[in-house]
Amino acid sequence: MKRRSFIKNTLTGVVLPTFLNGISLKALAGTPLMSALSNYMNDDRVLVLIQLAGGNDGLNTVIPFDQYSLYNAARNNIALPEDKVLRLNGFNATALHPALAEMQQLFNNGKLGIVQAVSYPKPNFSHFRATDIWMTASDSDKVVNTGWAGRFLNQQFPNFPNNYPNAQMPDPLAIQVGSVVSSTFQGPAFTMGLAISNPSNFYNLIEGKVNVESNTRWGEQLDYLEEMSLKTDQYADVIKKAALKITKQSDKYPAAGKNPLADQLKIVARLIAGGLKTKVYMVNTGSFDTHAKQTDDADKTIGTHANLLKRVSEAVNAFMDDINYLQVGDRVMGMTFSEFGRRIKSNASGGTDHGAAAPVFYFGNKVKSAVIGNNPTIPTNVTVNDNVPMQHDFRSLYASVLQNWFHLQPADVQQVLNGTYPVLGMV
Amino acid sequence: MAVPTATGSIKKYRGKWNAEQAKHLLKRTMFGAKKEDITFFASKSLHKTIEALINTEEATPLPPLNVYNDTNYSDPEIALGQTWITATKQTGMEIGRRKNSYKSWWFNLMLNQNRTIREKMVLFWHNHFSTETNIVDNATSSYKHNVLLRQYALGNFKEMVKAITFDPCMLRYLNGNNNVKKAPDENYGRELQELFTVGKGPGSHYTEDDVKAAARVLTGYRTDAKSLPDIKGIFDPSRHDETDKKFSSFYNNTVIKGRRGKEGEQELDDLLNMIFANEEVSRFICRKLYRYFVYHLIDDNAEKNIIEPLAKTFRKNNYEIKPVLIQLLSSRHFFDKNNKGCIIKNPVDFTIGLCREFNVQFPKDDEYVDQYAFLLQLQQQAAQMQQNLGDPPNVAGWPAYYQQPQYDKIWISSDTLPKRNIFTDRMVNTGSARGTKKVIIDVVAFAQTLNNPSNPDDLINESVGLLYMMELPDKEKQYMKEGILLSGLQGMMSDHYWTDAWNKLSTKPDDNANKKDVTNKLKKLYQYLMNLPQYQLM
Repeated sequence: MKRRSFIKNTLTGVVLPTFLNGISLKALAGTPLMSALSNYMNDDRVLVLIQLAGGNDGLNTVIPFDQYSLYNAARNNIALPEDKVLRLNGFNATALHPALAEMQQLFNNGKLGIVQAVSYPKPNFSHFRATDIWMTASDSDKVVNTGWAGRFLNQQFPNFPNNYPNAQMPDPLAIQVGSVVSSTFQGPAFTMGLAISNPSNFYNLIEGKVNVESNTRWGEQLDYLEEMSLKTDQYADVIKKAALKITKQSDKYPAAGKNPLADQLKIVARLIAGGLKTKVYMVNTGSFDTHAKQTDDADKTIGTHANLLKRVSEAVNAFMDDINYLQVGDRVMGMTFSEFGRRIKSNASGGTDHGAAAPVFYFGNKVKSAVIGNNPTIPTNVTVNDNVPMQHDFRSLYASVLQNWFHLQPADVQQVLNGTYPVLGMV
Repeated sequence: MAVPTATGSIKKYRGKWNAEQAKHLLKRTMFGAKKEDITFFASKSLHKTIEALINTEEATPLPPLNVYNDTNYSDPEIALGQTWITATKQTGMEIGRRKNSYKSWWFNLMLNQNRTIREKMVLFWHNHFSTETNIVDNATSSYKHNVLLRQYALGNFKEMVKAITFDPCMLRYLNGNNNVKKAPDENYGRELQELFTVGKGPGSHYTEDDVKAAARVLTGYRTDAKSLPDIKGIFDPSRHDETDKKFSSFYNNTVIKGRRGKEGEQELDDLLNMIFANEEVSRFICRKLYRYFVYHLIDDNAEKNIIEPLAKTFRKNNYEIKPVLIQLLSSRHFFDKNNKGCIIKNPVDFTIGLCREFNVQFPKDDEYVDQYAFLLQLQQQAAQMQQNLGDPPNVAGWPAYYQQPQYDKIWISSDTLPKRNIFTDRMVNTGSARGTKKVIIDVVAFAQTLNNPSNPDDLINESVGLLYMMELPDKEKQYMKEGILLSGLQGMMSDHYWTDAWNKLSTKPDDNANKKDVTNKLKKLYQYLMNLPQYQLM
């Protein structure tokens, strides 16, 4: 962390000892005083972002139980049966999709919360544009070239990648499990993130395997090139070392390949517990673009959308179990996001079209478990034009994470987000 | 690790001729294989393609220009925009500037090459008859040396060696100027044998005495520099050793009779006749061509079944270069699947090939100052990657072409690989800038040249097909499609989102957010493709 925010962070709770003024952080790094302060400012906190690509159908994820008949009328061909949805302790008005059993448990145990109806003014209905808006935290009608987490990391680790890695930050600032680093991590000039292209590459790296059929002349050249590229990847070694520190993980994960999101989160847990100081991780799971046949015809609780949600619920649960097993649970907070929700009224092909606001899940040992906001109001005589209106600007969620999880000063939060947004009681 | 042999013989390739084969041939014989060139040649036959690439007639290129006048300096003799090869003077002030101008000029010729093998051959000969502008320190003679390489690039090798012996650039570089009868300088006499003709192969057994004898034959050749633009090599009888020169059994104990006065010059022909009578010359050159065009390793099969017949062709044709190139490049061996994609691009190929394959636009000829400046930037990029055109590391040329067992792997180190990646990242993302001008890959324009860019699978398949010599696993392509083009959307049903965004470029050209989005996705795609190690191979 740069000096400025270090000092500011300490100011949030205690009076800064004046003798720290003018003493370089570098000289203090590693001293007991420094590590005591670090603990105080929760310098080791981590954020895990889970992208649900395609636009998740919020109304069939978090059900407005108190308006069940209107809900049922608006989307009769896909509505979940009233007696099958999962109830939330202390929040009788709201229920979860039956596929989210593990997340219901997490909620009831105080480790998961929901923010209702998250969006932004003038929502965009294009996947690409809407994804960009979420990742860059821009206004609907503005094109921004940097990602919100990229700006956050650039603020905390100025001049990256010059003089990185270094003693204070020997590890990647952000890690994306996926082929390409997301725009979320784009800094002013460089991406602040590193991509682990896919789980098998990760295991090849830590097991020292090369992923090529070497039985050709070009394959032999490629082996050499890959080996050299691992050697030159300044972070390959720290990632490998961190991963090798962890030899056993939770047994709650489904078998490898069964749940791609769980496979990704398993890597994230391993790297966090292995000691990487990486601040932000991002994983993703797709196919939420459910225009048609999102439920089984006979049993609305199963089918495409149920499978997608089941995947998320199972993965988040295994991950939570794992980070606690590995004793890093208190350092980690997770959050889902999707570029938009879907229309209130279902379409004739048993699906839902691109919509506006949708709920966001956040989770972790230290979060304040709650349903923040109200159920969306379902209109009587719903039309295809009816959308879930926004209650919370998505940048409010980012602001809450930055300010209450990473302890940024409001002015720094404002700088990252290019504006002021209300902070929610997520943490 | 043992690598498989390529079993294809020297016989003429009569298999399929299509875009795949044309791409292989073009990546090896030109700088990068542009889609339009692949298409052009794929519709002809292999025979016609080879004919076109090798039997090329090009006008002598226009000479390099003064692009270097600036606020602090003006060439006292040559006006801005005029060529400096006519200059009668040069001081330290001019030489450095002219050398840079020369390197830009050469890069430009490669960048804008015709459909010809000539530019690749000029680079081959530059590596073979290595000279360094920094040591020669005379931009005019470096330029003239280049013209000489160009002139003989596809001509007669024996005549080329003779011309090189008279070349002022080589006379300076290998101290021919100092080779006088009283104190012979053996430098050129040695390299003429060790590096330029018979080489150091297993069958080459010339002796130290042969080096001395050759040096004595070569006494008297020196630069005549009375006038800079007319600088040339001459034979000066007063410096020549007129005694007889005896050679070893490797040269059949030949005695070159000492000749007097001006006739001493004829001893050079005697020397070259003696050297070229030795079959090692043909083998040495054919091996070098093989390493440059086919693969770094010459296994027993290649030595016996490829090098030997090629060397025979070389000798039979009196050391004409074309028949050897035609035979090698039309052979089954050259098109053997094992010989595809197995060369690590050298930095000049890497940088220029990128610009050509992506059709990167440089300032035109009338903006020569900017044009040369951008070309020099590109040249310096290649130099950073350890191939400084015009300045090879020493007289042996670049180690990638002779250093066992690494050969072309030498190009890739923990220093140079990141430089290659940074270069491709920059070319695709920000480009390089000079004032208001920019040289950058136009990813949208490139995608527009593809057959079906609106389909994400076709876009990726065709891009991979153009940029790589090998297929990528489907899984990898799937990651690229979903992770890059579809922003994480998965499944067949999502493809149309890319299609819609792409089509909107033309139906709604004013939609800047969409344009930016498509551009960014393509940038990420091509950045990713060029970061994969496959892109290093050709």
